[in-house]
Amino acid sequence: MSEFLLQIDGKEVSAREGMTLLEAAQGAGITIPTLCHHEKLEPYGGCRLCIVEVEKRGRTNLVVSCVYPVEGDLVVRTRSEKIDRIRKTILELFLAHAPDAFELQDLAKEYGADKNRFEKEASFCIHCGLCVRYCAEIKQKNAVGFVDRGTRKEISFIPEIASKECWDCKECFPLCPTEALQAAYVLSQALSSSSPSLAAESKKQI
Amino acid sequence: MSRINSPDELETLRKDILSKRDANKPRITLCCGSACIATGSGEVAASLEAELEKQGLSDQIEIKKTGCHGYCERGPMTVIHPEEISYFQIQPEDAPEIISETIQEKKVIDRLLYTDPETKEHIVKESDIPFYKYQERLVFGSNGSIDPKSIDDYLAIGGYAALKKALYDMDPEGVLEEVNKANLRGRGGGGFPAGRKWEGSRNDPEKIKYVIVNADEGDPGAYMDRSLLEGNPHAVLEGLTLGAFAIGAHEGFIYVRQEYPLAVENINLAIQKAEEYGFLGENILGSGFDFTVTVHKGAGAFVCGESTALMTALEGRVGEPRPKYIRSNIKGLYERPSVLNNVETWANVPLIINKGADWFTQYGTEGSKGTKIFSLVGKIVNTGLVEVPMGMTLRDIIYKIGGGIPGGKAFKAVQTGGPSGGCIPEELLDLEVGFDELTKAGSMMGSGGMIVMDEDTCMVDVARYFIEFLTDESCGKCAPCREGLRQMLKILTRITEGKGKEEDITTLQDLAETAKGAALCALGKSAPNPFMSTMRYFRDEYEAHIKEKRCPALSCKELIAYHIDPEKCKACMICARKCPADAIDGGKNKIHMVDQDKCTKCGTCFEVCPPRFAAVQKISGEPIPDPIPEEERIIRKRKKK
Repeated sequence: MSEFLLQIDGKEVSAREGMTLLEAAQGAGITIPTLCHHEKLEPYGGCRLCIVEVEKRGRTNLVVSCVYPVEGDLVVRTRSEKIDRIRKTILELFLAHAPDAFELQDLAKEYGADKNRFEKEASFCIHCGLCVRYCAEIKQKNAVGFVDRGTRKEISFIPEIASKECWDCKECFPLCPTEALQAAYVLSQALSSSSPSLAAESKKQI
Repeated sequence: MSRINSPDELETLRKDILSKRDANKPRITLCCGSACIATGSGEVAASLEAELEKQGLSDQIEIKKTGCHGYCERGPMTVIHPEEISYFQIQPEDAPEIISETIQEKKVIDRLLYTDPETKEHIVKESDIPFYKYQERLVFGSNGSIDPKSIDDYLAIGGYAALKKALYDMDPEGVLEEVNKANLRGRGGGGFPAGRKWEGSRNDPEKIKYVIVNADEGDPGAYMDRSLLEGNPHAVLEGLTLGAFAIGAHEGFIYVRQEYPLAVENINLAIQKAEEYGFLGENILGSGFDFTVTVHKGAGAFVCGESTALMTALEGRVGEPRPKYIRSNIKGLYERPSVLNNVETWANVPLIINKGADWFTQYGTEGSKGTKIFSLVGKIVNTGLVEVPMGMTLRDIIYKIGGGIPGGKAFKAVQTGGPSGGCIPEELLDLEVGFDELTKAGSMMGSGGMIVMDEDTCMVDVARYFIEFLTDESCGKCAPCREGLRQMLKILTRITEGKGKEEDITTLQDLAETAKGAALCALGKSAPNPFMSTMRYFRDEYEAHIKEKRCPALSCKELIAYHIDPEKCKACMICARKCPADAIDGGKNKIHMVDQDKCTKCGTCFEVCPPRFAAVQKISGEPIPDPIPEEERIIRKRKKK
């Protein structure tokens, strides 16, 4: 395993091969905002909030630090006018879903994001995938997954698995950066709209 | 058929095939590409065959069902050889006459020929028709002469000679060098040099490598890859095998949309035949090189045309892109070096190996060599597939080959590069088409879609249309694309409905910057292009919609009204009778009026009003004139003397 020396926000940082830029920064005490990242889970690169600027051989690029593998001689900037503007817009897009989420509000303050810039959306979900990935990677149950594609994509519990696994677990709820109620709502919907026996089961539990 | 085990055996077989063919023997080639099948070439083929039978000519005249000839506007089409007499828009009923007159009597049937719209002259030969005359059909040309289901046809035109040459007279480095020297750039979108991509894979220490054909063509209106795969599948297979040989791969995949049934059928048959003949499988042509190909049918997601999403889907997982910081030619399918090129790129490879890089580079511009197939669609006289040398101007493609804009309308823009391409305005019509030239103009080559738009097209609505397409096709994984497009679509829809706000343009620009800078894959990064290019060249249209609530192209339903000019209306009742909403008030000899409350703006009245009256008008951004007094609405007929 080779060691790399890179520069993040003017600070010399050493990192091992195979690490991501985000890990290297965090190891050096440099904070980069994230929403879909979780140290126990595989990097996902969905929220794009951890975007940074890297300079390599004189060329500057925007990259997403949670999935970008470290290399030697990188010059990384975690804040710039452009990065801040992009983060602000992404936050505003998320705030349309979850205007009152604490995590989003803190970040909104930092980046000057306006929670009313976009029309409100019906769902709290910002598709960070933490619940889905936690259930798949850590619990290995796949009780919750994504259904459909693009703007119609939503989290959904699989009734047959959820009715057996979820009541004693619910470990995904506190992971949610916006509103765990969304998951709870989707879960109970999944159970009540499925087979009569599952519905009866879920009524008992709720 | 026993497998061919040496180059000599291949050439013996080729000679044998050619010796049984006589170029001067009358032969009918009938286009049986998907577009012509849709207009009835299947029925035409059946009736031609029945007629040959009837006139006792079945064993003398061959009917060759070929792939797409390109001139889809005028299908079904047939070319009668050796004279090269070409007939268009033929019907099954024309068959008896074609056989008895043209085949038997050698007489040309004028009414089936191409007629020049200006000179009204009939043109007999396919190659003299303007649509074909200005093309350079290096890759696409064979489509019109071979039966895609016959491997012998491909061998007869020199097929698999490039493979033989590579396996016996060259080494993998030599093949790679030739492709590098030819500067063949990817025809699927980005225009990345194929040779450089191959080289990366070749140099990687990993032993198992893959080559993949991207046949997940999804751009609205684009169908060149379908036509190549349907019409000349062996050319694609040969190119792919050459690529595999160059990089040291022994397994290849063809990712093709399942909505292309004929392409799937023909490529599967081609693979089967190539295996039988020994062009695929173990010990190809006795050279010791092994290579197999598997066809994978895509389930219809546009995003699976993106390289990493395609590979994820090939692995059997949800077709979502993954970060590309390590290129897929190093870590692609199953994390192994994988060279992915699109259909047209692969089909160019045999030509380069056969004829050499020097021959190839005589076509094209400094940065873009060879030819490119475009699918020319939209408001254009000659819809179809055209192959031109890189560097031809947009004007030549649209006017010389495409025949200009129908109905005497004015040209407004041409959209190139698929949904995430851009619109190029009239002042740039002299732009030479090439990868870098189109990118500089704010659009891109993409896979070669070219949608022509006339003065009736609203550019804000065009941006809205393409953003809607991309919103629908976004995979939904990353926020700048999923959420950004969702909001862009809402804003653009609002603008076309006359509810735009002053700050909308800035908001759209912020969303565009975010998607371009932060989206995960090429689809998301290029998704704002339809907005950005129309904003760049047609900002005034956005402003008219937002500030004046006016649609300059008179196209956005919410911003227009239909009005009948009382001076011009002759009270003929046509519009009143045709109006589906019963929104036209008037009667015989009583000037008609549109009831704006009832009107659904379907435009029927506008279309049916006889051009000699032209009384129905579209109005936008100005008040509808007050109705004239009731008594003035009566038209008094002059009494006959």
